[in-house]
Amino acid sequence: MAEPVLAIRGLEKRFGALKATDAVTLDLRREEIHALIGPNGAGKSTLIKQITGELAPDAGEIRFQGRDITRLDAPARARAGLARSFQISAVAPEFSVLQNVVLCVQGAQGLSWRFLRRALRTQALVGPAQIHIARVGLEGRETVRAADLSHGERRRLEMALALAMKPRAFLLDEPMAGMGPDGAREMTALLARLKAEAPILLVEHDMDAVFALADRISVLVYGRIIASGSVAEIRANREVQEAYLGEAA
Amino acid sequence: MTREMAFNAVLLIALIAVPVVASGQGEPFIVTLATKVAILALAAVGLNLALGLGGMVSFGHAAFFGLGGYAAGILASHAQSYQPLMTWPVALEGTTQMLIIWPVAILVSGLAAAVIGALSLRTSGIFFIMITLAFAQMLYYFAISWPAYGGEDGLPIYLRNSFPGLDTLDGLQFFGLCMAVLLAALLLSWRISGAGFGLALQAARQSPSRVAAAGIRIFRIRLVAFILSGMITGLAGALYADLNRFVSPSMLAWQTSGEIIVLVILGGVARLFGPVAGAALFVVLEHALGGVSEYWQALLGFLLLGVVLYARGGLIGLVAGRPAHG
Repeated sequence: MAEPVLAIRGLEKRFGALKATDAVTLDLRREEIHALIGPNGAGKSTLIKQITGELAPDAGEIRFQGRDITRLDAPARARAGLARSFQISAVAPEFSVLQNVVLCVQGAQGLSWRFLRRALRTQALVGPAQIHIARVGLEGRETVRAADLSHGERRRLEMALALAMKPRAFLLDEPMAGMGPDGAREMTALLARLKAEAPILLVEHDMDAVFALADRISVLVYGRIIASGSVAEIRANREVQEAYLGEAA
Repeated sequence: MTREMAFNAVLLIALIAVPVVASGQGEPFIVTLATKVAILALAAVGLNLALGLGGMVSFGHAAFFGLGGYAAGILASHAQSYQPLMTWPVALEGTTQMLIIWPVAILVSGLAAAVIGALSLRTSGIFFIMITLAFAQMLYYFAISWPAYGGEDGLPIYLRNSFPGLDTLDGLQFFGLCMAVLLAALLLSWRISGAGFGLALQAARQSPSRVAAAGIRIFRIRLVAFILSGMITGLAGALYADLNRFVSPSMLAWQTSGEIIVLVILGGVARLFGPVAGAALFVVLEHALGGVSEYWQALLGFLLLGVVLYARGGLIGLVAGRPAHG
């Protein structure tokens, strides 16, 4: 089988006596949505931060497209094509929708060292930005300040920003967070389309969305992956039911 | 045309018209005041790049203002005394040519900004404010304790430095020169704010984690902005020394850093013409209120309090509202 797009091997992270990440091994394969679920405090955020490069692991290895990225910082990983979204929307609130997306297009192209050429008049930046804006259904909202968007629109802007990174893999941290049922359904449809673009490592609490979207699910409890498999396998897994699903029911 | 553009145009026309008219009516003092506005505005354009666009609250821009001033003063004093600046390893003479003094002032303040920025940008918030303040105060105490260039007494420039084709001792011509430099800096500042670099710089203030996720290294963007900012303020310092024909160590003192911040806040943080509006308001108040009471700065304090509490956008924000978006 082809090498996975993203391969995490034996990742460890300690905070004092607490093992926040305990020998985590995880793959993201081509053309799949791999959901990472787990109760609060399971260490999902800590794991994500190590994958994005915000936090350095104590041991283990992260390979991305066959290349060891364990020592790269967050901007370098982003430029390599690891696009992420944030649990709490991280957009520039005073910028318009278009400015936000243009920022990411230029970041992906490494064009942030232009001092005189106006970014919003540069077709090579604005053209792609408008395509990404349309793909998440925000066309017509280009000039609206990000702070004035509705919550759901801001979540979709997050997706446009991830798309703008020319992603080879998406790392999406609770894209449904805070959304109503309609918004969650739209986002589920959007994620299903994004999958064609690049594989998605999806951290999500919305179980309907996870079961609808995921090709595989891994369950993280106390920093360890206790189970990994197809939706049916995870649903049938007794340990998972006790640790997680049972708790929710 | 937006209201902001209209206001900027009015401001600019007034700033140019007032000294021209005053000069015709034999009021050289007004011309000097207008020149002071242009130079202080230039210093604030520099700070606005760091503070306004980048959100880096530097409480040490007096360092660059003063270094620019000393660059002008030291070069001029060597030229006037015919003492070489140094003889080893290369022989360097002083000069009274602004076209040489300006690049030197820009280079020196840029180097200082590179060192100060590289160290202080590793911190943020109150620590950044304190470290920039500490660096500027170090330079201040060095200047007053080093006797070679006047120490506490400062350094006089007996004859204003010269510019090809101009009589810089003519108040109006010197004003025109300062105004041209200010306009060039405003043009640069406008282009930067809309360019990719400016976009990254402003985004880093609003959402640093997004900028990192966009593949952009924030530290480098901020450092380069801080250096550019120091360079512009340094150039303003060189002009200010020539305006007064005197370099005072107080140019390096923390009060100067505070004044430049006040200019930016009064005019409107991160607004292109905020520094011009702020400098104009500051100089007019200093002149008008200074005649009423020597405690005019207390009144300025109340005004500043009002701006911070009720008019965050400063004068420009009051007139033109929120900034427009592309």
